Amino acid sequence: MDLENQKRVLALSEEYGAENIVVLLGASEGEASSLAAETVTAGDPTFAGPLTGVQLGLTVFHVCEPEIKEEVDPAVYDEQCGMMEMVMDIDDICNEMAPIRAEYCKYL
Amino acid sequence: MAILAGKKVIIIGDRDGIPGPAIEECAKSAGAEVVFSSTECFV
Amino acid sequence: MKTVIKGAGYILAHTPDMVLHNGTTQTTERIVNPESEYLKELPSHLRDWNTVLGYWPNQVYIGNKTPDDLAAIPQPWCDKTCDVNDRFGPYGQMMPQEEFLLMMQAVDVFSLVKLEKSFVETYKPVLAQNPLIDESILNRIVEGIDGAEIARLVAEEHSEGLYHNNVLVGCVNRAHDIDVNLSAHVMHENMVSKASSVLALLAALKNAGIDKNDVEYVVDCCEEACGDMNQRGGGNFAKAAAEIAGLNNATGSDVRGFCAGPAHALIDAASLVAAGTFKTVVVTAGGCTAKLGMNGKDHVKKGLPIMEDMIGGFCIVLTQDDGVSPEINLNIVGRHTVGTGSAPQAVISSLVTESLDRNGLKITDIDKYSPEMQNPDITKPAGAGDVPLANYKMIAALAVKRGEIGRADIASFADKYGLTGWAPTQGHIPSGVPAIGYLCDKIKAGEMNRAMIIGKGSLFLGRMTNLFDGASFVIQANSGPEAPAGVSEDEVKKMIAKAMREFAATLLAAEE
Repeated sequence: MDLENQKRVLALSEEYGAENIVVLLGASEGEASSLAAETVTAGDPTFAGPLTGVQLGLTVFHVCEPEIKEEVDPAVYDEQCGMMEMVMDIDDICNEMAPIRAEYCKYL
Repeated sequence: MAILAGKKVIIIGDRDGIPGPAIEECAKSAGAEVVFSSTECFV
Repeated sequence: MKTVIKGAGYILAHTPDMVLHNGTTQTTERIVNPESEYLKELPSHLRDWNTVLGYWPNQVYIGNKTPDDLAAIPQPWCDKTCDVNDRFGPYGQMMPQEEFLLMMQAVDVFSLVKLEKSFVETYKPVLAQNPLIDESILNRIVEGIDGAEIARLVAEEHSEGLYHNNVLVGCVNRAHDIDVNLSAHVMHENMVSKASSVLALLAALKNAGIDKNDVEYVVDCCEEACGDMNQRGGGNFAKAAAEIAGLNNATGSDVRGFCAGPAHALIDAASLVAAGTFKTVVVTAGGCTAKLGMNGKDHVKKGLPIMEDMIGGFCIVLTQDDGVSPEINLNIVGRHTVGTGSAPQAVISSLVTESLDRNGLKITDIDKYSPEMQNPDITKPAGAGDVPLANYKMIAALAVKRGEIGRADIASFADKYGLTGWAPTQGHIPSGVPAIGYLCDKIKAGEMNRAMIIGKGSLFLGRMTNLFDGASFVIQANSGPEAPAGVSEDEVKKMIAKAMREFAATLLAAEE
């Protein structure tokens, strides 16, 4: 994850409390999703950014996961994500995200 | 319990997936407050 | 007046040492994690010259192979060797690092690029053999200096080292002691961009078969900025490259728009020709050192070679109609507007269907789409997916929503209307334009009628806006001679008579 984005995630977690934060991802496929999810939960796996070694354990979802889709206004979801649902491999994304959440999320 | 309603949301969108501003619209419609939104680019 | 595509040039420079020393993934890692495993492992993943010559996507880029040939080769491609390994192709060439370092000095007008004596002696005669390089360029390369002096400049004067086979063979000096915009790092980046742009210009002009003096205007659309502290993006790469390429009758300017830059630049350039402002306009761009090895961490982690080791360049020559060459249809121009928003379907609609609708065309009326042609061999292992394929799926999904194809046709849409990506991940380089050479060949051969070029740009990375951007245009077979412009005297009389009758009718109506 971009270093500046990591810095912002860290600062906002401190400002609002990690338990009040939800991170939403828009990555194009499973592996990139799980990498970003790992970064905001267990720390930056590439050892490059401010989240290296920081286990924030933030609640994190991909916006196209069913848990999130369920809560979003259907018309808005269709307009913003409808087409990409046809393009992206949502099952792959879900399969990559679930184990990261199960292992590292502290506030679920 | 809802995941998004009443929460502070940080958005890490993707230029080739769902971009930040598109996720913002979704999050707001679910009653979340967006505190940061960004879009990454791998290419 | 119609604008036609007279020729295209595509070049690659193999710069493995710049991957190590200038790619931002590596320079960042050296700051935050200098002892990392990645930096230790990286050198053993660099490809040699023979490997890059035999790399399928590279041979497609310079035109020895077609995207159709590439599509028939199962991925990944990095473990396969192409049956052609010529460094020269119909669209341009691949240049090895040693020649490219000399090119950097040839484009330097401020005595900033220093090369070691024996390096120059060894490789200048080699560069002289390059068919694109004439005396005017060779004569710009000066006798080298002592290696010890180069080492001192790097150690004490903040110069950016130039390496070949991991040996310091030269440097780029800073152009100012205080101004960061003229630092050695920036000058190095800009010199690489300029050198690759010049090479692309030379290749394109040769392929177009036009006289250098015919070029009236050059548009550069790379993603670098040149200027000083009082005008950081002052410009002008276009004119600077034109000077070295010997385009004495040309001026030019720079067009920027991240990866969408080339699409904007080509629309601008085609409009200049169509308006009759200039008869011949060329659009050119050099490559980008920062993106070398950009996804290297993933490649190394997966035991793959570093495939982002090529600096890219392209150049497209546009002229007034010659009755033969494919033309740019300026009626079918798509654009992402401020109001379009970020939703992917809104973005792709604005770029693809809005302009087609205006012209009464369907998605399937375009024979081939060339969106972002990134090489999936590079992007897939990095978790960025197959970018062109994702674009084709989006266009196909749009076609399904519009009822132009059935849902079952989505899977085959990319095969029929798409191309397999082959361009290096150099930002603006893959953005639609790499296919223009191939598409023009197909159109001229009568195998295709219309193709759409789509550029997309991540403007939000500049932190000045959160907006995305994009532009598209259509190239098509030459439609033959145009009807003479203007209106005859007879027609004018008829129009006046009609207007008078209508005026009289309204007067009568008013009286009633």
